[in-house]
Amino acid sequence: MGATDVSNPRYYHKVVDCQWACPAHTNVPGYLRLIAQGRYDDSYLLNRESNVFPGILGRTCDRPCEPACRRGRVEEKPVAICRLKRVAADNRGDIRDRLPKAPSKKNGKRVALVGAGPASLTVANDLLPLGYDVTIYERNAQPGGLMRVNIPAFRLPASVLDEECGYIIDMGANMRYGTPVESLKSLLAEGYDAVFVGSGAPKGKELDIPGRWDAPEQVHIGIEWLANVHFGHIDKIGERVLIIGVGNTAMDCCRTAKRVGAKDVKVVARRGRKYFKASPWELEDAEEEQVEIVENHAPKRFVVENGKLVGLEFERLQWTEDAKGKQSSTVIETVVMPCDAVILAIGQDNAFPWIERDLGVDFDAKGMPVVDKATHQSSKPDVFFGGDAAWGPENIIWAVAHGHAAAISIDLHCQGKPVAERPPEGMSLVSAKMGMHSWAYENDYDAAKRAKMQHEALEKRFSGIGIEVELGYTPEQAAREVQRCLNCDIQTHFTAPLCIECDACVDVCPTNCLTITTNSSPIDELRTRLSAPALNLAQELYVSAELPQTRRVMVKDEDVCLHCGLCAERCPTAAWDMRTFDLQLPYAGQVSR
Amino acid sequence: MTSIAKPPVRHPSSRTNGLGLTLRDYEGAMSTLCAGCGHDSVTAALVQAAWELDLEPHRAAKMSGIGCSSKTTAYFMKQSHGFNAVHGRMPSVTSGAAAANRDLTYIGISGDGDSLSIGLGQMSHAIRRNVNMLYVLENNGVYGLTKGQFSASADIGSTSKKGEANEQAPIDPVLLALTLGATFVARSFSGDKKQLVPILKAGIAHKGFALVDVISPCVSFNDHEGSTKSYAYTREHEVEVVHADFVPLRREITVPETNEDVSVVQLHDGGSVRLRATAPDYDPTDRDSAYAHVRACQARHEIATGLLFVDETGRDMHDMMRTVPTPLIDVPFERLCPGSAALDKLMDRFR
Repeated sequence: MGATDVSNPRYYHKVVDCQWACPAHTNVPGYLRLIAQGRYDDSYLLNRESNVFPGILGRTCDRPCEPACRRGRVEEKPVAICRLKRVAADNRGDIRDRLPKAPSKKNGKRVALVGAGPASLTVANDLLPLGYDVTIYERNAQPGGLMRVNIPAFRLPASVLDEECGYIIDMGANMRYGTPVESLKSLLAEGYDAVFVGSGAPKGKELDIPGRWDAPEQVHIGIEWLANVHFGHIDKIGERVLIIGVGNTAMDCCRTAKRVGAKDVKVVARRGRKYFKASPWELEDAEEEQVEIVENHAPKRFVVENGKLVGLEFERLQWTEDAKGKQSSTVIETVVMPCDAVILAIGQDNAFPWIERDLGVDFDAKGMPVVDKATHQSSKPDVFFGGDAAWGPENIIWAVAHGHAAAISIDLHCQGKPVAERPPEGMSLVSAKMGMHSWAYENDYDAAKRAKMQHEALEKRFSGIGIEVELGYTPEQAAREVQRCLNCDIQTHFTAPLCIECDACVDVCPTNCLTITTNSSPIDELRTRLSAPALNLAQELYVSAELPQTRRVMVKDEDVCLHCGLCAERCPTAAWDMRTFDLQLPYAGQVSR
Repeated sequence: MTSIAKPPVRHPSSRTNGLGLTLRDYEGAMSTLCAGCGHDSVTAALVQAAWELDLEPHRAAKMSGIGCSSKTTAYFMKQSHGFNAVHGRMPSVTSGAAAANRDLTYIGISGDGDSLSIGLGQMSHAIRRNVNMLYVLENNGVYGLTKGQFSASADIGSTSKKGEANEQAPIDPVLLALTLGATFVARSFSGDKKQLVPILKAGIAHKGFALVDVISPCVSFNDHEGSTKSYAYTREHEVEVVHADFVPLRREITVPETNEDVSVVQLHDGGSVRLRATAPDYDPTDRDSAYAHVRACQARHEIATGLLFVDETGRDMHDMMRTVPTPLIDVPFERLCPGSAALDKLMDRFR
């Protein structure tokens, strides 16, 4: 194996599992350390640089970072990254004077954003400080998009949404509320230099089985029903409710149903729990509210008697897996579950009836726009897509990531530069050594278990639709939880020419990450003969340059490194050093001038 | 020396031995030795050896004297017995302990100062008595704890950190042990665990005194260019004379013995050592040949390593003293202490 190139930011970035997994590449260990120091404002602002909505995402994020968290491989549960993000948001002071500001002198370029959801707001956040004139078209009367109308207020209070959307809008975005865009052609005719489509995936999927249209007033589409509850158009539902589908929308629907009068709520899934789309914590929260989750039932027929929906017939399935891992089902029996209402939460579709097909914006066979994965540019150079509108439903943090990338493209496009020439990622790597065995981070391992989120008492939370269930961590809980972070951004940096091969690092490593051995190819062979076999193929092996005395190499399996720094503390020659890695992400305007 | 304790976290694929213990269960307190000290690698090798042998920690006793080396016993097998003796007196204390309880596994750790200066007589007589113990001599050629004076094992011409050359002849513990009749004599290097671990295992399994001289560099005072006990010098001048593989009793030997050069020595406990001499005329079971070879290597400025000599037919202290076959703790009190009448009777025999 050749020596690993750690001068490429990708290598150390990948070691920071949470940051690597986050679509917006938020510097998680960095902001957690700031929380540990009680610097909530700084933590919030560091967080906001990349993910724009720490308060919102601290309550609602799908948390791709947490399953990736190294702590989850070292012990049972990952660091509660998402809810710690909320701690910084909840405890921050007034940070408005530290936010980016739009210059009084504009750059003369006008950009239209369709939809005021997270993708568009991120684009606005990045372009307004550069002097762009930004106009946002929104069909509703308030900003936020699906964050506002589809995420129930008991999970995300309106005040949080208002404040964080306000930070962006108050930079001087022109808001056109109550103005759905009905024609891209006429929008373009207004002479915008670029248009960004962040209109989401606003159409709920249908379930076309017999009886669907026999009692339509008792059957609801999940996201539409949630929006109707939000706007106050719906304030009650039948006693027995079946939710079809088991994604996060289904979780919001079942818990909302409980708050508008349903007594017996069942969520019915075609497959087993292992395959549920809903996040495990959302399932737990629903079950805490006595929602029943039913597995392996496929809807077959709406049972309607005398024009009234009385139940839903299901086929109970048994799933088997063949040798290739392909799943197939057989029907065991047919069952009818009585109900008074059904909510369909089986997915969302995109809809672009407002984009004329002769404008030069190409669509594929499935009716989706053809969008470049890196630049977000459509086949019409001045039209960009992001968020759910680009490639179908994802989650908020993906929309934010899209917004940042699209803003770079829009900026390059408006400055007459090729959008494909993306500004590179950078990094800084600074020794964390502060003195003899003293580091710029807390390197001791804290064996604390993941802190439990306190919830509002059950009887109280059903007394109103907008009562927030999660109460947030107490300062004591937060202080303990941040110490669970392994500081993966404090990298173990090796300088091969300094090594005297004394084995001190190999001996002291608590998780057998290090090996001094003869080099070999391929890497899979090397993986088998390390201090502990490197079985997690998703994790990199670091291979050093040849060591001076024996021409062997130092190999590090990144998988379960605790970043405790003992290798560096035991190293007599400082061949191992702990260095703080800071990924420098490109944002719009940073290199285009 | 490190600022924190080793985190109590294990590698997810860490295995357990025959007792259900992981490698980490054989660790001790955090070392307070200098970063990069060879002794810490010896500790790691001991942990590995004890784990691989399924050694029950509560059936082992760690014995030491004074010096950097003698701190080692604190850093492995925290659940074992231990005795930290006066400077150089570990061999005598171990002799006494072994006399009282012959069933424990005795692991003595000493250094070139503790063994070759103040404790030279003690070590010599423990060898003569053939106390059943592993005797690890962590040899770095300097008095590290008192800041780097030459020890009795420093070679002629090797320099101190400040540049002053040693003029006195060194004591080679391997040659000394061979002349004193030791039944197990080995030399190894802290930077070569592949060699060291099987030797330690064989030394523990050996019945009688097992001397393992381990070149264990002192990074603070003796790892410079003029040193003959540095990591770099040892690597350049080390010649593995005999490679030893320890085969425990319970493991079936599946490799057919086609190699003519491999000689197998059956150990007292049923295990065996497979010895492969890398020098053509070397016989690790012939004391004179071993002595001559080590001397010849020395003349060529080579450091002969490996399991240099083994004699499993020797009689240990208990055989020679004709002691009771059980530990004294298992001898009924009336027999162990038969009373003053019996004592008087005994005394009468000497009148």
